Amino acid sequence: MTGTPRKKWTGYGSIYTLPLVAWFTLFFLVPLLVIVLFSFLEADIDGGVLPRFSAAAFAGLAKPRILRLFFNTIWVSVASTAITIVMALPCAYYMARARNKTMLLILVIIPFWTNFIIRVFAWKSILESNGVVNSALMGLGIVSNPLPLEHNWIAVIVINVYTFLTYAILPLFSTIEKFDFTLLEAARDLGATKLQAVFKVLLPNVRAGIVTAVFFTFIPLLGSFVVQQLIGTKDMYMLGNEINDNIYKYFDWPSAYALAVVLMMLANVGLVFVMRSDRRQAKVLGARRVDDTDEDGEAGSGGAG
Amino acid sequence: MSGKKRSFSKAAFVSCMVFLFVPLLVLIVFSFNENKAPIFTRFSLVWYHRLFTESGSLWSAFFRSITIALTAAATATIIGTLAAIGVHWHRFPLRTYVQAITYIPLVLPEIIIGMSLLAFFAGIRLPMLGRELAIGIPMNLGWWTIYIAHATFCLPFAYMMVLARLDEFDSSIIEAARDLGATELQTLLRVIIPVSKPGIVSGFLTSLTLSLEDFTITYFVSGVSSTLPMVVYSQMYKGGVSPVINALSSIMILCTVILAFLARKWLRYIAASS
Repeated sequence: MTGTPRKKWTGYGSIYTLPLVAWFTLFFLVPLLVIVLFSFLEADIDGGVLPRFSAAAFAGLAKPRILRLFFNTIWVSVASTAITIVMALPCAYYMARARNKTMLLILVIIPFWTNFIIRVFAWKSILESNGVVNSALMGLGIVSNPLPLEHNWIAVIVINVYTFLTYAILPLFSTIEKFDFTLLEAARDLGATKLQAVFKVLLPNVRAGIVTAVFFTFIPLLGSFVVQQLIGTKDMYMLGNEINDNIYKYFDWPSAYALAVVLMMLANVGLVFVMRSDRRQAKVLGARRVDDTDEDGEAGSGGAG
Repeated sequence: MSGKKRSFSKAAFVSCMVFLFVPLLVLIVFSFNENKAPIFTRFSLVWYHRLFTESGSLWSAFFRSITIALTAAATATIIGTLAAIGVHWHRFPLRTYVQAITYIPLVLPEIIIGMSLLAFFAGIRLPMLGRELAIGIPMNLGWWTIYIAHATFCLPFAYMMVLARLDEFDSSIIEAARDLGATELQTLLRVIIPVSKPGIVSGFLTSLTLSLEDFTITYFVSGVSSTLPMVVYSQMYKGGVSPVINALSSIMILCTVILAFLARKWLRYIAASS
């Protein structure tokens, strides 16, 4: 570790980080605490909360309808994430071994610079009943009535995959790029089949990238609501939709914030679940942090890792 | 052998690119369509004409998105760079706190950040200990609240990209500068910031990207002040999106392509530290 300097106790550390500490405490940590607080207050009739304690929001979560939303949230997020990763892996592998990597990176990043909602709009004009696909099929006389391409689970998952594909490709590309490809040849020389070489040599070595890609995909998906609302149907609603409806339709803020608290816990369960499966993966998102915590430990500040 | 080499991954890459670009091409093609129907009838520039002559509110939403992206990215980059320098070189009481708090937003669904800021900007006065205690900062939703939200979710990325860069280079030059009598400020301006430049630039570009790409968080903190994504969303929600949006999106995609080529030097770096 040539790059790691001796860290000294100086006042400068506090000065350099003061703007970040102030900004994040005020605009991130305090709002998170406000969420928890709001979830225990009484709803005001036209949005907002009244300064009176109430546990009604949490009690209201114990309904079969909410349970269904839970179920939808989990299975759609897991399925979308799995498909995204399976598509992104070979794609990132090809990019990492290509000669003109910068060119390929530009290609991958361009769609990413177009706003999410505009991309959803593009998909809608492809899938809707008088959209591109249906007009083409009907124009060619292949079908006589428009196919129901919109308002189904497949459409929702396809758009989810579309949204997160770049998020998944980038970390996978950067880890695969650092992989020593001669190991694959060695595996082949020692009699492994192509598939064995990929599953037993390549994938275990790029786990870090896979985990980062899973995070960038799975966690935002847990709170998603736009695609279901604009492309899906009410049956496909997830927790994010319930939150959105509670805030803007039923003006029941405490219920929305109680759901947010639950969603935070869900994200954390997912986090622990993935982290546990391999301790080395803790390095993925926090390589620096793992090293640093050790140092902090000896300095006596201890704390979270 | 060489002919079949990586044929599977190549096929996968090509299909992914088709998948990524077809929707964008559809957007562009229909921006040149004569009528509103999703069947291409005749080439026409009517939507571009409308965009430039009678779409004032669309342009103001567009420029609001751009000014927010630039200022939020600049704020995140400056604050993030300073914090990364502090964490990389120094020990101080809140070091663990800084590391934890920049990490948590990355593992929270973005809807949480949006709605928590909505609650924060709504504010409430709670009766506590016999007096009223104000919680949150009551603010009208608009440009400033969107700016604050965007700078907040960009900050961890800017911070981490600079930190990744600082980990990369030989720190002995910093110690050399100090040993030779440079003050902290001289070291910062003449050594640390110049060597961190790739991290700073990619932190800024990433923040810009995230800000332009975001919908979810903006949705909760924008109020009646519309940014471009909010305009598109409300048109979609009501059921009919004007092809003028296609025209504007096509122009934006073109700008993106140009920008991507201009920034190609940094793109490798962004991917490497993501």
